[in-house]
Amino acid sequence: MSIRRRIVTVVAAFATFAIAVMIWAPTVGSTPISLARAFDRSIPWDDNVDAQIFFVARLPRVLAGGLVGATLAAAGVVLQALLRNPLATPFTLGVSAGASLGAMLAVTMRLEMTVLGITSIPLASFAGSLVATAIVYALASSQRRGLSTNVLLLAGVTLNAFFSALILFVQYLADFAEALRAIRWMMGGLDVGSYFPIVAALPFVLISFVAFAMMTRTLNLLSVGTEAAAARGVEIVRAQRLAFMSASLATGAAVSLGGPIGFIGIIVPHLVRLIVGSDHRIVLPASALFGAAFLVLCDLAARTLMSPIEIPVGVVTALIGGPFFLWLLVKRS
Amino acid sequence: MCALLWADNVSFRYAAGAPLVVDGVTVRLTDGALAGILGPNGSGKTTLLRLLSGTRRPTSGRVLLGERPLDQLSRREAARQIAVVPQETELAFEYRAIEIVLMGRHPHLGVFTVEGPDDIRIAHEALAATGTSHVAERMFHELSGGEKQRIVIAAALAQSAHLLLLDEPTASLDLGYQLEISSLLLWLNQEQGVTMAISTHDLNLAASICRELILMRDGRVLAAGPTADVLTPENVMRLYDVEADVRINSETGHMTVVPVRLAAPKRNREGGRISR
Repeated sequence: MSIRRRIVTVVAAFATFAIAVMIWAPTVGSTPISLARAFDRSIPWDDNVDAQIFFVARLPRVLAGGLVGATLAAAGVVLQALLRNPLATPFTLGVSAGASLGAMLAVTMRLEMTVLGITSIPLASFAGSLVATAIVYALASSQRRGLSTNVLLLAGVTLNAFFSALILFVQYLADFAEALRAIRWMMGGLDVGSYFPIVAALPFVLISFVAFAMMTRTLNLLSVGTEAAAARGVEIVRAQRLAFMSASLATGAAVSLGGPIGFIGIIVPHLVRLIVGSDHRIVLPASALFGAAFLVLCDLAARTLMSPIEIPVGVVTALIGGPFFLWLLVKRS
Repeated sequence: MCALLWADNVSFRYAAGAPLVVDGVTVRLTDGALAGILGPNGSGKTTLLRLLSGTRRPTSGRVLLGERPLDQLSRREAARQIAVVPQETELAFEYRAIEIVLMGRHPHLGVFTVEGPDDIRIAHEALAATGTSHVAERMFHELSGGEKQRIVIAAALAQSAHLLLLDEPTASLDLGYQLEISSLLLWLNQEQGVTMAISTHDLNLAASICRELILMRDGRVLAAGPTADVLTPENVMRLYDVEADVRINSETGHMTVVPVRLAAPKRNREGGRISR
């Protein structure tokens, strides 16, 4: 089978799975609905409860889950290749800590503004992620020409710790209700309420995904070695900068939409590599598609397992992800 | 004869204020050359190869590829003419051998182009040339040291470049694999017309396959020229501070170097006792 054929076949299989999950998921919930009724145009909208539940209550949530899951998984793949470290996550370089600090400040300072239907928390968290990205980038590129991935890693880890301390500090000063609201945000949640936040995050994610698509073969070469990649025609500094910037932008947009949902960015790429190998032309799109399906399924579990109580989706991904990842480690060694 | 690759009085430092790692070096590689770069650890061999391949730009001086300054070529253009076998290959993820070899086609492919039948044919030719066709589908990390090194060389060959720069290609290999790699390199040079520069610690490898040698110490060229002229006991002494016996081996017809003794102690042992 030609290489192109293999890429198309595998990605198509993952796409089919992701689409099936995203069509099925909105039909499941505390109130059972029928897809046929939801799409029946002959029933007036006001009378069609199935359509209302499908399109207003559940579909935005499923789409948000798909977008966030795809983004975090793909950003994880890019950062793991950039840092040449299979343990990297989209949050390794400080993006989520910056986003969380932004969200925390928005809550405690009672910023109550709305831009184009987007509330202050996602705006502040996106701003926070950009600030964190800028700081890490400035640190990593200040030392010498180009980007040092070691400094990138150290700066990211340090910034994560520092921002976490700031978050705790702000939390300590905040009143109880505010602190609780911020903590709840940090557990992740996909109940976005409308299509606006998804549409707002979409352009940033799409731009990043175009960049991802252009760098898949380069990521293969970086995985084999930076010096070897340079000798095979990769402009290393440009490639690293593009990878870092696009992964950070996408992660910032995803976190502002769904909160810092952990584990997706590390379990999904690992699982996909086990199935399809390490060629990033397959791993990247397959991880994005599988990440979308995985997060939608986790969110489905979050809203149905203890219904009517909703478990925060970040808790579900961690509860599934933690043991799964340990099992993977034990099994492989 | 016109130089194919010419480093003209190049110097290099890794950071402003750091010492020069390569200091005013001039190297000419003519078409079809098989040159060895010898020198002790830290003498600037690896850095010189990086300057010759264009992955680093000299701090001063220039490198010419044919008529053109190397830094005027894009990395892709340069990589289509110059391939590199790095000293170590450590994978961040697991790949099959054939995938590693196909990565050599990178400079010939567009951003969204996927390797076609021609690229796959070239990769298989590279595997055949390095005697690794039988391990093509195996995982790279499961191969032996010699097989890995041959796969990395095959990846460089798949780049379809006429210049091949190798950084210590036999450093981590046992005697059998060393011979295997050196005969492969000689064959590539003589039968396939690949111009090569090889940095190495192995004086006997250099003596047995290289027609010319460049001796480097402290970033400078101590001596350069045909192997028989350059590989003398005096030069070995200047290079390594080692007295050596250099003679033609009657069996192979190659020069061999047998180290006899250190001329001066390299590190001052202070004479204390190691407590036990």
